[in-house]
Amino acid sequence: MINEVYRLVARKQIHTDFLDETIRDEVVVRPTYLSICAADQRYYTGSRGKEIMSEKLPMALIHEGVGHVIYDPKGEFKIGTRVVMIPNTPVEDDVIIKENYLPSSKFRASGFDGFMQNVVLMGRDRVVPYTCIPDRTAVLLELLSVVMNALENFELRSHARRETIGIWGNGNLGFISALVLKILYPDTRVIVFGVSRHKMQFFPFVDETYIIDSIPDDLRVDHAFECVGGNGSEDAINQIIDYIQPQGTIALLGVSESNVNINTRMVLEKGLILVGNSRSGYADFKAAVKFLEKNSSAREYMDIIISEEIEINGISDINRAFEHDQANDFKTVMKWNV
Amino acid sequence: MIYAEVLAGGKGTRMGNTDMPKQFMMLGGKPVFVHTVEQFILSEKVDKVLICCPKQWVAHTNDTLKKYIKDVSKVIVVEGGNSRNETIMNGCSYIEKTWGIGADDIVVTHDAVRPFITQRIIDDNIKSAMEYGACDTVMEAFDTIVESTDGEVITDIPVRKHMYQGQTPQSFNIRKLVNLFQELTEEEQNILTDACKAYVLKGYPVHLVRGEAYNIKITTQYDLKIANGLIQQ
Repeated sequence: MINEVYRLVARKQIHTDFLDETIRDEVVVRPTYLSICAADQRYYTGSRGKEIMSEKLPMALIHEGVGHVIYDPKGEFKIGTRVVMIPNTPVEDDVIIKENYLPSSKFRASGFDGFMQNVVLMGRDRVVPYTCIPDRTAVLLELLSVVMNALENFELRSHARRETIGIWGNGNLGFISALVLKILYPDTRVIVFGVSRHKMQFFPFVDETYIIDSIPDDLRVDHAFECVGGNGSEDAINQIIDYIQPQGTIALLGVSESNVNINTRMVLEKGLILVGNSRSGYADFKAAVKFLEKNSSAREYMDIIISEEIEINGISDINRAFEHDQANDFKTVMKWNV
Repeated sequence: MIYAEVLAGGKGTRMGNTDMPKQFMMLGGKPVFVHTVEQFILSEKVDKVLICCPKQWVAHTNDTLKKYIKDVSKVIVVEGGNSRNETIMNGCSYIEKTWGIGADDIVVTHDAVRPFITQRIIDDNIKSAMEYGACDTVMEAFDTIVESTDGEVITDIPVRKHMYQGQTPQSFNIRKLVNLFQELTEEEQNILTDACKAYVLKGYPVHLVRGEAYNIKITTQYDLKIANGLIQQ
């Protein structure tokens, strides 16, 4: 079978590659919706730097995607089954370390081809079926699974007092983290801290929101989720250290390209726990699907953060989607018609 | 039911001492027609795939298929005809004899030597044939088309924006297609090389489906070289 793969070859340049693929045990998935992540944008705009770009490209972008099964050589998946595709691809088992932290694991759109393909050959443990979630919303399941991974880590490591949890960052990750925390911990006071005033209007489900330069001095949180990333990571983490109670846990989710200076003196003094959260695995996707299938209000809220849906019929539409995404407040999703 | 007819009627060109039709030549790691058939096997909407090929190549086609494709339960190799239309009709006759023809049954006819067909093109064909009864896959013409009826001088240069290049698939409501061919005189049948043209001549609409520039037809050694150059193992 010849498969068309839409690969980034240089900054803002995507072309079609034709792969001669042989189906062995894989499930064949035809993507229906793909979603652009900041990581994809960093490649698309060339901000990963020359060295990384030349090392990783050409490569198909996108690691957030859903589709339906069009072929299963083993007949285990019914044709038409709607599935979310898992970008993390482990090559070994480890009883202690989660699959998304194993250095040997491969990750879609970071070293090997992402989901911008006509059909995607997926390992049968790399797809999770869903039923009552609209495809357009389901494309955010990957992001939700990342939050599920962070939540599992948080629950394993944080102490039991969870009266107040702060979330720094009011972008996509901050939104989904806040939503999940508020639904799963209804008695916890969930507070969102952010820079963009207009984005705060999207958070009516949390208890309070603050712009980061006007936080009351006496406000304290038991634990915090850092969902800022980028250049803002440093300020966010240090502000969290200022406002968190002793022995609190800081779940770090934001990705930064450069090293971050942290006030370790106060980390030591307060006895804080900093937990690194990155990507997600099969169990996190299962948890994400379960959460979204169970909570209709979460499905509605998640749909709200889709800033724009763009129909993709060819490469010019893909470029348009990436360009628009740079100006969108929240997510840009691509209805994949290629 | 939705059927695909993969038209593998090419008689071949001389390769060394043996005639080898293009559809059986290697493209990447598989013969050309295997790539094409695989796309129809993958399509969840297509119920059966008929490969229509010359009589002497039926056994070869069957054996080659089994060598490259694990599950061929959806595929049947049938004997083609002397012309493109006869081949299509042979396929339709096989469908009629084996399963009968339902009022809404669709046939997606496609050149075996166009292996770059995509799921999107197959889907769009099925959708359009179901809605309108007949459709043709085309690309906007990039080159100016020049008409010459005597091969010596230009008789016309049609407006380019009205010109399209025909690809395949061409897809039809089977019952209507069969009825239309029965309406044609023998002379008309001999002249018409294209099923869609029969529709147009009889005044029936044929809708356009967007093709792809890379949905190329491999008819020469040059095409095969280009196709092999395009794909990566």
